[in-house]
Amino acid sequence: MKLGVLCSGGKDSIYAAYRAMQKEEVACFISVVSRNEESYMFHTPNVPLVALQAEAAGLPLVCVETAGEKEKELQDLRDALECARERYGIEGVVSGAILSVYQASRLQQICRDMDLWCFNPLWYTDQEGYMASLVREGFSIIITGVFSEPFDESWLGRRIDGLMIAQLKAIAERYRITLTGEGGEFETFALDAPFFERRIAVRKASAKYKNFRGVYMIEEAELEER
Amino acid sequence: MILCLDLSYRPGSLALEEFAYPVAAIVRKAGEEAKIVHYTGVGTGLPPGTDAVILCGTALKDTRYLGRPELFCWLPEAPVPVLGICAGMQVISTVHGGETEAGCEIGMTDIEVVRPDPLFAGKDCFQAYELHTLACTPPPGFWALAVSGTCVQAIRHRKKAVYGIMFHPEVRNEWLVERFLGMGRSL
Repeated sequence: MKLGVLCSGGKDSIYAAYRAMQKEEVACFISVVSRNEESYMFHTPNVPLVALQAEAAGLPLVCVETAGEKEKELQDLRDALECARERYGIEGVVSGAILSVYQASRLQQICRDMDLWCFNPLWYTDQEGYMASLVREGFSIIITGVFSEPFDESWLGRRIDGLMIAQLKAIAERYRITLTGEGGEFETFALDAPFFERRIAVRKASAKYKNFRGVYMIEEAELEER
Repeated sequence: MILCLDLSYRPGSLALEEFAYPVAAIVRKAGEEAKIVHYTGVGTGLPPGTDAVILCGTALKDTRYLGRPELFCWLPEAPVPVLGICAGMQVISTVHGGETEAGCEIGMTDIEVVRPDPLFAGKDCFQAYELHTLACTPPPGFWALAVSGTCVQAIRHRKKAVYGIMFHPEVRNEWLVERFLGMGRSL
């Protein structure tokens, strides 16, 4: 089955792509770039760099821009899926949704309307096991945004490793947030994955941070051999 | 051991993690052993040591399980409690002579309990996650226990602990699976 992976650049969509590749044929990445930083559906920091991830994976990218208005962005998503179907013959869509009923049910509805399969391989996954497998299976994931207490500026640009997972676990228990940042407490970007032919090297980046809200903007990046 | 049946389009499919793993996780969290088996691998009888069976849901576009009713020949005589979730409810209904028809619900939906049953004790109405394009009528010998604005949401065999529910309890209603497991222990 040919599938398109809805890809924001973060760990969840890249890991979902990895799982999809083990079971079906991934034909393309699909990216919706929102001009609204508070997008309901689409995670925003560094999304334009999904093109580099697609290149690293040797996959084509279907990219559409949206103003990020609540229901209009769903139409923009439909347009992106239709484009992916026309260009690459996708029969279904994969997302990295973990707990968001809002995101999952809207994507399911769109897929239903368009007669596409819909897969969410991380749905209600064991979050601790998932985070550990990211490290164990060779993903290189960095924190590109923090949006809640107690994350300070030092988190921006840090790579997820065993120590960070232990710290996140303690934070998740104390602050009642999810270990994976599913509630938007932090955002991530994948620099490397087991299915990438080359990895992404960040050449220039900047951080902005104030009052438990900060972003790590990748300004220049390129592919390099491992 | 709780047998979690994967009803997806093929063994080891991409839908396995989405529909069987979360149910198995609830079973294990409740202190029970969970074994996931694809429905094509059951044969004519349940594996030894099966204390209860949960038939898990499938991807929205997947209805392949309805084309092989002979693979569920063990179901009417199953000697243990059975819970069918979504696709699993459709299988239970079909195997017992009920019918499926078009009926789509996606997302959180209001559920109303219409008949008292230990599975829903203390729950007159609640919200649940739906993901189905087919609905089913209660087959002969079954009661309807709960409904939504669209279709029957829960059925139960009149003499046995064989339940079908149309919503997905693994999303925000884990209590239902835990109660089902508790009922199995008390039988």
